[in-house]
Amino acid sequence: MPHFQSILHPAGIQAARVSHLWWVMFWICAAVWCAVALGAAIAIARGHRGTSMASERQLGTSVAIAGGISVVALVALLFQSVVTGRALDTLHSPDALVITVTGNQWWWDVQYDHPVPSLRVTTANEIHIPVGRPVRFNLFSNDVIHSLWIPNLQGKIDLVPGRLNELWLRADRPGVFRGQCAEFCGLQHAKMALVVVAEPSDDFERWLAGNRAPAPAPITPEQQRGKDVVERGPCAMCHNIAGTQAGGRSAPDLTHVATRSTIGAGSLPNTRGYLAGWIADPQHVKPGNRMPPPGLRDEELQAVLAYLETLK
Amino acid sequence: MTRHEGDEKRRRDDAGRPALSENDPRLEPARLDTERRLLDRTWANGRGLIAWISDTDHKAIGRRFLVTAFGFFTLGGILAGLMRIQLARPENTFLNPDLYNQIFTMHGTTMMFLFAVPVVLAMGVYLVPLMVGARAIAFPRMLNYGYWMFLFGGIFLYVMFFLNTGPDAGWFSYPPLAGPEFGYGKRSDVWAQLITFTEVSGLIVATCLVCTIFKLRTPGMSLNRMPLFVWAMLIVSFMVIFAMPSIVISSTCLILDRLVSTHIYNQAEGGDPILWQHLFWFFGHPEVYIIFLPALGMMSEVIATFSRRRVFGYIEMVLSMAATAFIGFGVWVHHMFTTGLPQFGQSFFTAASIMIVVPTSIQIFNWIATLWTARRLRLATPFLYMASFFFVFIIGGLTGVMLASVPLDRQVHDTYFVVAHFHYVLIGGSTFPLLGGLFFWFPKMTGRMMSERLGQASFWLLFVGFNLTFFPMHLLGLEGMPRRVYTYQAAMGWERLNLLATLGAAIIFVALVVYLINILVSLRHGAVAGDNPWGASTLEWATSSPPPPYNFSPQPTVASREPLWHTELTPPPIVGLDPSKREVLVTYLLDAEPDHRYPMPGPSLWPFLAAIATSGMFVWSIFQAQGVVWGSIPIFVTLVGWFWPTKGKKALQHGVHGRLALGDSLS
Amino acid sequence: MPRNTRLCFWLGLTLALAVGCEREARRYQELPASANRETAVRVGQLEPGMPQMRAPVKSPYQNNAWGMGEGKRLYGAYNCAPCHGVNGGGAIGPALIDDKWIYGASPDQIYATISQGRPDGMPSFGGHITTQQIWQLVSYVEAMSGQVKATSAPSRNDDQMAALPESRQSKQVPVQTGHR
Repeated sequence: MPHFQSILHPAGIQAARVSHLWWVMFWICAAVWCAVALGAAIAIARGHRGTSMASERQLGTSVAIAGGISVVALVALLFQSVVTGRALDTLHSPDALVITVTGNQWWWDVQYDHPVPSLRVTTANEIHIPVGRPVRFNLFSNDVIHSLWIPNLQGKIDLVPGRLNELWLRADRPGVFRGQCAEFCGLQHAKMALVVVAEPSDDFERWLAGNRAPAPAPITPEQQRGKDVVERGPCAMCHNIAGTQAGGRSAPDLTHVATRSTIGAGSLPNTRGYLAGWIADPQHVKPGNRMPPPGLRDEELQAVLAYLETLK
Repeated sequence: MTRHEGDEKRRRDDAGRPALSENDPRLEPARLDTERRLLDRTWANGRGLIAWISDTDHKAIGRRFLVTAFGFFTLGGILAGLMRIQLARPENTFLNPDLYNQIFTMHGTTMMFLFAVPVVLAMGVYLVPLMVGARAIAFPRMLNYGYWMFLFGGIFLYVMFFLNTGPDAGWFSYPPLAGPEFGYGKRSDVWAQLITFTEVSGLIVATCLVCTIFKLRTPGMSLNRMPLFVWAMLIVSFMVIFAMPSIVISSTCLILDRLVSTHIYNQAEGGDPILWQHLFWFFGHPEVYIIFLPALGMMSEVIATFSRRRVFGYIEMVLSMAATAFIGFGVWVHHMFTTGLPQFGQSFFTAASIMIVVPTSIQIFNWIATLWTARRLRLATPFLYMASFFFVFIIGGLTGVMLASVPLDRQVHDTYFVVAHFHYVLIGGSTFPLLGGLFFWFPKMTGRMMSERLGQASFWLLFVGFNLTFFPMHLLGLEGMPRRVYTYQAAMGWERLNLLATLGAAIIFVALVVYLINILVSLRHGAVAGDNPWGASTLEWATSSPPPPYNFSPQPTVASREPLWHTELTPPPIVGLDPSKREVLVTYLLDAEPDHRYPMPGPSLWPFLAAIATSGMFVWSIFQAQGVVWGSIPIFVTLVGWFWPTKGKKALQHGVHGRLALGDSLS
Repeated sequence: MPRNTRLCFWLGLTLALAVGCEREARRYQELPASANRETAVRVGQLEPGMPQMRAPVKSPYQNNAWGMGEGKRLYGAYNCAPCHGVNGGGAIGPALIDDKWIYGASPDQIYATISQGRPDGMPSFGGHITTQQIWQLVSYVEAMSGQVKATSAPSRNDDQMAALPESRQSKQVPVQTGHR
């Protein structure tokens, strides 16, 4: 089983703390279960024989001891939980990277904040973070309650409309991880995933700089034709490609879509074939999602694909 | 209490007053026989459809509740089977997402509102009056009405489901998804109104049970002599009374938001979607303890019977159940740990959620102590179901402790880990004991024994199938599979565990079919059961199997917690209740001393008609606001008919007031 | 059960089925992908030969809650609000919640208005949004003036609402007016 969406394979400090807590709780609980199951099994065996000579007083003492041991075990678990909870709160840092994630039905809008507005980056469904640096997520929702969950890095938190929630995490090793919406949000809750790429700082800065640029201009006639179709057809009504006439805000930003590894919020890999199938009929891949089939003719579709491939 | 020497001397009761001696002519068999024949006639219900609808016998209504609840259990189980088929393979196209969302919502709603709570209340309705030695349940006509409301609510939900209007926002229906902007159509209104149906029904049953337990206990059964199952039902009824108003309010507010554009859950106008979660879970957590506590009561009764000794630590058992109920009202936020509430508040709920384990663990240790000192424990089928609790429920309880921890919950919340947890506690902690309890009390209800061989087969199949289905889900949750997803990608690697779970579900299905076959076959061909085939100690086993409509004749009295095991202590029964009326003996709360006689109302069609009128109003009002107004008129009419005072023979007759002594003649 | 009762029962059920199904159907894969593209932008109704597009007269989403809900979402997403008002009360464009219709109130006329555009500022959306989406907007526009069943019409937004939600809008009988 791959472990890119796994609680038990932490890649960051927050998830590592929780994973440690899990194992402590697991072994204590397993010991308790074994003790109780064994006690019950022995009791049933003895009861079946019917030869026990224990007095009520002895039973009372045993129950009290067992109760006492349980309370001790529970207090230990409580203590461990509180300690972990407080540790998780220590990641706050003034030089954190701030990312605003807005949940929509059924995709993630991602914005990298910056004091200078022209240096902000907007993308969708894929997040890059530098290894070793704390990241603060500001979480909003545009419609219903969602939940951002990247198990390898941190626990989840809900995106509640009308509320700002925060999530702090830090990746401690490079890797590609998968997150998924974890609060039922409608028809395509199952396919509202995102990709999180943790990479060394230099790679991250390069990626960020690349994303700050507007869409590159098309070179070949087919790419130009594709850009025309995008700007004049249904695509521009919902999608935004910076530097073109496509300025819609109700769908994922496509300015650098070719750099992303998935499409459809993690529904399909981002290859030409899958992209063609997605654009031709998104309802077949993700029934009920908000993208209608745009009704492109074959040559238009090929042109659009050629153009989208340039959006690096 | 010791016996006096010489039966001719008049014995004295606890207060030193004269009591009936055993040679009293009123206790002669011939006399009691005549009385029984009169009682048969007075309490007879009649035949035909109208008589069946109007029946106020708590045993008939209890059986009806049980059959209906298990019918919904079957429907909910079929829905679960459909879900498991869809999830057996990645990217499966067996169910489209819309249908899957409706199905998982219907599964949860059915199981929680139409099966789990009604079935435990049903066991209470059937058993509690028998266990406390009463001839009837309090407010039988209201109970009848409560049953029809339950049935009509369930029918309403399923008819709407087949009309493509089944709710699709999950069994806890969070706004804004279930709210006016994003919940298209009437689906969430159907859900919210189903809540109203079932909560009306639940509150009614709870009221009947509380009044029965407090006021209709047979003389001698002071509070500290009540069976543990009766204590469980008393505590559960109070939980129902305190918890259900919360969800009635929240679901009504949801309907108001959707129908008449109030802003209760609208954050832009000062409302809050989180308010829904608080109101819902304030009900929702006690709800699961409402489902769980009666099973603890049943465990105590069966374990005591098969161990042939009383449960160890009676007071501790009662206090544990009460403590669980109290603390259960203080843990609801553990369902909301991921919503971004302040950490300090969350820690309080972590502590409470961990603390609630303590009373239940005391109960478990007390049972183990009981079993340890059993006198030749019988390993029959009912006992096996109870014994499995120690292995299955404990897993669920321990994963519950894990979920109580905020950091860990933030990782596993809304994943299959939680699905595994709650199925372990609900099925392991409530359904297994319920099935065992049903096996145990089947002879009393029907007069026949269930087949032990089929019983063992169905138990082992269920045990294996259940663990095979739900244990892999722990791992699925830890490996990242969220809840409520209609499919998943092949690349995730979740396929094998999901397939295993589906195979387990198939085994569960077979197990339950075998159980059903056992019931159907035993109804016809089971061994005839006597009054007390298991050698149990509580009062319901002191009458015939099945009991007559009036339960007992003459009115029994008790002087110990295990009346049938200490018959030498039992005082003489009460005589003198008028057999030409449906009289019950109302007693005082603490020590059950006789207070007065009360003629119970007989069968009536009005509760059924009132339920139809109420259902009509409820259904109308989700489509049009004015339905509340105009739909109330038929309700008013039927209530007037129901409560119309009667004169003459059926008039209420307040009998002898003033304190009566045990053994006093009432004639 | 007597024969008449059974017949009535099944008849009633079929009727209820028809009604219930329409409101709650979610037809997101209704039109094939190829049919979703508007083919021509036309200024007038006159044209030689067969008309290129045959639109059904009745809106497919007229009493469909999902379709009208989507139409309401698109009303916001496609920026209808700045001209027609956030709740359809009118701004620089005409109000949509009243009874005055300039270019016709029947579904195909509303479709044509959205698809072709109109003088004095109504853009032509044909070719820019899909046929299915235009029909969703048509049914939402009808809902705004109370032309559809209240049980199917959208309810209030999770916003600050300055007007009645569509489900509580009384029916505004359309009146053909001239250009204002």
